[in-house]
Amino acid sequence: MADKRSHTISRRQFLHNTAKGACIAGVTVAAMGLVAKPSGAAAPQMLRPPGAIPEADFLDACVRCGLCVEACPYDTLKLARLFDAAPMGTPYFEARTIPCEMCDDIPCQQACPSGAISPDLASIDDARMGLAVLIDQETCLNWQGLRCDVCYRVCPLIDEAITLEAQRNIRTGHHAMFIPTVHSDVCTGCGKCEQACVLEVSAIKVLSREVAKGELGSHYRWGWKEKEKAGHSLLEQDVLDLPDRRPEGG
Amino acid sequence: MKARVGQEVIDNFGWLRAHRFLLLRRFSQASILGLFLLGPWFDVWIIRGNLSSSELLDTVPLTEPWMLLQSLVSGYWPEATLLLGAALVIAFYWVLGGRSYCAWVCPMNVVTDSAHWLRRQLKVRSQINPPSSIRWGVFAGALIATAWVQGLVWEMINPVSLLHRGLLFGMGAGWLLIAAVFLFDLFVVEKGWCAHLCPMGVCYGLVGKTSPLKVIASNREACNQCMDCYVVCPEPHILKGPLREAKQGSSPLVSPQDCTRCLRCMDVCSQNVFDITASLSGSARTKSGEQ
Repeated sequence: MADKRSHTISRRQFLHNTAKGACIAGVTVAAMGLVAKPSGAAAPQMLRPPGAIPEADFLDACVRCGLCVEACPYDTLKLARLFDAAPMGTPYFEARTIPCEMCDDIPCQQACPSGAISPDLASIDDARMGLAVLIDQETCLNWQGLRCDVCYRVCPLIDEAITLEAQRNIRTGHHAMFIPTVHSDVCTGCGKCEQACVLEVSAIKVLSREVAKGELGSHYRWGWKEKEKAGHSLLEQDVLDLPDRRPEGG
Repeated sequence: MKARVGQEVIDNFGWLRAHRFLLLRRFSQASILGLFLLGPWFDVWIIRGNLSSSELLDTVPLTEPWMLLQSLVSGYWPEATLLLGAALVIAFYWVLGGRSYCAWVCPMNVVTDSAHWLRRQLKVRSQINPPSSIRWGVFAGALIATAWVQGLVWEMINPVSLLHRGLLFGMGAGWLLIAAVFLFDLFVVEKGWCAHLCPMGVCYGLVGKTSPLKVIASNREACNQCMDCYVVCPEPHILKGPLREAKQGSSPLVSPQDCTRCLRCMDVCSQNVFDITASLSGSARTKSGEQ
């Protein structure tokens, strides 16, 4: 009898404890859900080190150890603090403050123990830390027809990542404007251009690629490229004949 | 009521004897932090990184097991360096046993010990006395949340990694969180953080559970029930079995899962009840030969 009783109590206690434990676990999960940020919610100008895996995976992989920060010879990288836009403890840099100097041996990558900075990045030129965007044409000196060219000159991949494209200067009528033009297939997002911009607030900014890049619909085709690939127009003559649009009553 | 914990030891053997392990512990905590600070402050790089993951002498990787566990649960399989680092740390703490990390390494220990000391001075009494087993709920909840949402979500608020990282890389607003834990321990729940909430403690408890090194009440017949060890013990429930239930035939071994190996019980005991023993089996003999 005594045995039975002690059994009953222990079973009840077991259920009681399990329920309590589940409640506390539930409260913890809910509280964690509140502090969690949706992926990619970090500020677009908090850039990850070269070779960082995609942000969603990076937040799982990075162990917040700061080895990359200590390995960086230029003090570019910082660890995010409480209430910073990037999740606490993760490494980032701000291009306008200290840009990435694009070391050939990529010491931050070598220091990373977890693979959050991928060991697969073979050349620093293949890094995609962000993308430079000439975001304010209204203040960019080159857009006014002046020859500032500083962002273009400091670019480690000059004439590849940033080129100067000549355009007619309509204001004067007889000059050219040399428009700094970023090429997203080459730009590493190192941030040298943003740091060097001579304006009070930089007209060219490095943004996370998620923010900076558009993406074509998967069904979309550029007609002229398809034509070039095929060697001739893909439209057969006379197949497509739309009615001519005329003015009302015409 | 006695004037001071361990007064009898102080009277008979001196203050130093009554605080030897406490002093050793503070020395250990300070030197580990000091080793990490040598790099950024004096450019002497004996160890790089922080307690979450580090590199000793530019060769040996060391990784906090709780950090690895979170990363694994989130669905990421890390590089071998991180796994090796965690294996080394787990092996180290398995040998030392219990939650030695908590008492000898963790930077938060100084904060919560201070809160507890002040709590005793101010004679704070609180109504909330949750059982220490709620940490299992927090442990499970933190892991479920990590698996569920994006990123290592516990690390967004973990004051332990925050404190060590902050001291090395800059604290910013992080002090707010440390102060919150201090005040929580001081006014809300006694030993609230370390003995009730921290999942890192649970993690290290699991690591040190089967350690060959154990604290044993080997001389428990000599216990004069002064209760000093209960006052200083960060997890007093583990002392009840070995000390009070000797007649019911309980083991003299102190449960290694919750024991932080702070060895304060050895400091304050005037009867030398406690000892450290090494054995791989779960049983051990007391001085009088009982098992």
